Amino acid sequence: MSEEVSHHAGLASYNFAYLDEQTKRMIRRAILKAIAIPGYQVPFASREMPMPYGWGTGGVQVTASIIGMEDVLKVIDQGADDTTNAVSIRAFFRKVANVAVTTHTKDATIIQTRHRIPEEKLRENQVLVYQVPIPEPLRFLEPRETETRKMHALEEYGLMHVKLYEDIAKNGRIATTYAYPVKVAGRYVMDPSPTPKFDNPKMHMSEALQLFGAGREKRIYAVPPFTEVVSLDFEDHPFEIQKFDKPCALCGAENVYLDEVILDDRGGRMFVCSDTDHCEERREQGHAGHLLGKQKEAAE
Amino acid sequence: MTDTPLLKVRDVSKFYGNRIGCSNVAFDLWPGEVLAIVGESGSGKTTLLNCLSTRLMPTTGTVEYQMRDGGYRDLYHMTEAERRFLMRTDWGFVHQNPADGLRMTVSAGANVGERLMAIGDRHYGKIRETASNWLERVEINTDRIDDQPRAFSGGMRQRLQIARNLVTGPRLVFMDEPTGGLDVSVQARLLDLVRGLVNDLGLSAIVVTHDLAVARLLSHRMMVMKDGHVIEQGLTDRVLDDPREPYTQLLVSSILQV
Repeated sequence: MSEEVSHHAGLASYNFAYLDEQTKRMIRRAILKAIAIPGYQVPFASREMPMPYGWGTGGVQVTASIIGMEDVLKVIDQGADDTTNAVSIRAFFRKVANVAVTTHTKDATIIQTRHRIPEEKLRENQVLVYQVPIPEPLRFLEPRETETRKMHALEEYGLMHVKLYEDIAKNGRIATTYAYPVKVAGRYVMDPSPTPKFDNPKMHMSEALQLFGAGREKRIYAVPPFTEVVSLDFEDHPFEIQKFDKPCALCGAENVYLDEVILDDRGGRMFVCSDTDHCEERREQGHAGHLLGKQKEAAE
Repeated sequence: MTDTPLLKVRDVSKFYGNRIGCSNVAFDLWPGEVLAIVGESGSGKTTLLNCLSTRLMPTTGTVEYQMRDGGYRDLYHMTEAERRFLMRTDWGFVHQNPADGLRMTVSAGANVGERLMAIGDRHYGKIRETASNWLERVEINTDRIDDQPRAFSGGMRQRLQIARNLVTGPRLVFMDEPTGGLDVSVQARLLDLVRGLVNDLGLSAIVVTHDLAVARLLSHRMMVMKDGHVIEQGLTDRVLDDPREPYTQLLVSSILQV
């Protein structure tokens, strides 16, 4: 473990969890407001973070504002704990907050995520922090911010269905597979960040608090625990999640979100759990998919 | 026709600083009636139309609208939510430039269906069926239903805009130079179509135009505007055949004869 930064004697040192206390206070206020109005996008004075926009500056600010000494942090990127983004953000908080980190979903109290919700059911004492690139679900349909705000205020959401209509007209089904719009607590239409629509049902009545931070767009929104989250659809084209033909090639799990992995240049491929922690845990428990063990040979 | 007006306009004025947009306009519009507002460029026609359709707040005046339940509501004292709801259900607004009234990047079907979805229709099949019926009514081939308006000609776009506005069965339609920018043969076809629809549906309409021929074909009654003032109003045929004001006489006599 690295030394706690706040205890450094020198001039150039960081406050606990990088952000100064005034900033954290401002962000916490935004978070409280967001929780009070589920799905409503609360503007906040986003700070520059020591990372580029698009890498999770919003999520990092939310995490930095809510994290405490006792917290255990898990960071995932597209479901994986071991990709660049996840590793660096984890290292960042180890350094600036000196908190315990983990890759195990059930041990974590704060999970910062980019584009996935863990397969394991989240519990009451956990907080899921999403990194959000574009918080406005209506953005690509209506470019004017003044107009989209008004549409939210007056609950004019017909346009959202125009998008779904276009999907069906072009593809014969609702072809939106990620950032699938949801209605929160029967009021605000919300972009669940670019998570696959596979994860949408997990947001509904979730026991864990869900916070969304968009750094570049300077918005925070939230879904409090036990809140209704309904995916938009048509009566004759109901919402459906992705289905996979095969179970995970490594752990044999079914009903989980799978990633395609190219194995060689001769068309070899396998489908494995996108949630790496879930996959590892299952393998430890003795579950095996049809390619487990062969994976190394293929790599060699 | 019923014996109460659909729209009661009283003393509507709009000033842009010291300049007059329109001044002291008052009239009643009856159900099923088409009113044309004519005049030269800059005479305040469009300002007046925007005031009446609440797209612009007038400096003074009241406009009362008879709601579907028969009661009158002052348009300028409604909440924004009520006004916007009225605008997308009971009213239509046909812009001169179809690109202002259409969503150019979504298909024709979705353009027509948008209002239906906005008032809560959630059945794809039914929305599509209604959209395709409306495309037929405005003489657009139903096999173009999935094409974007970008791929449409000017006349088709204007007809699509009309379909999009009429799909919720509005009672009042505002039109701002609906035939502007179209060539003459297309204009004639569009006018024919609009006249048919207005008759079939019993619509009331307020049409702004500088083209007296459009007024003659479409409207029952007309108002002539100059420098923000209404200088003459009456039945269309009367005003065109027997203009009283010197300016109206000038306007009528300057129509090109072929």
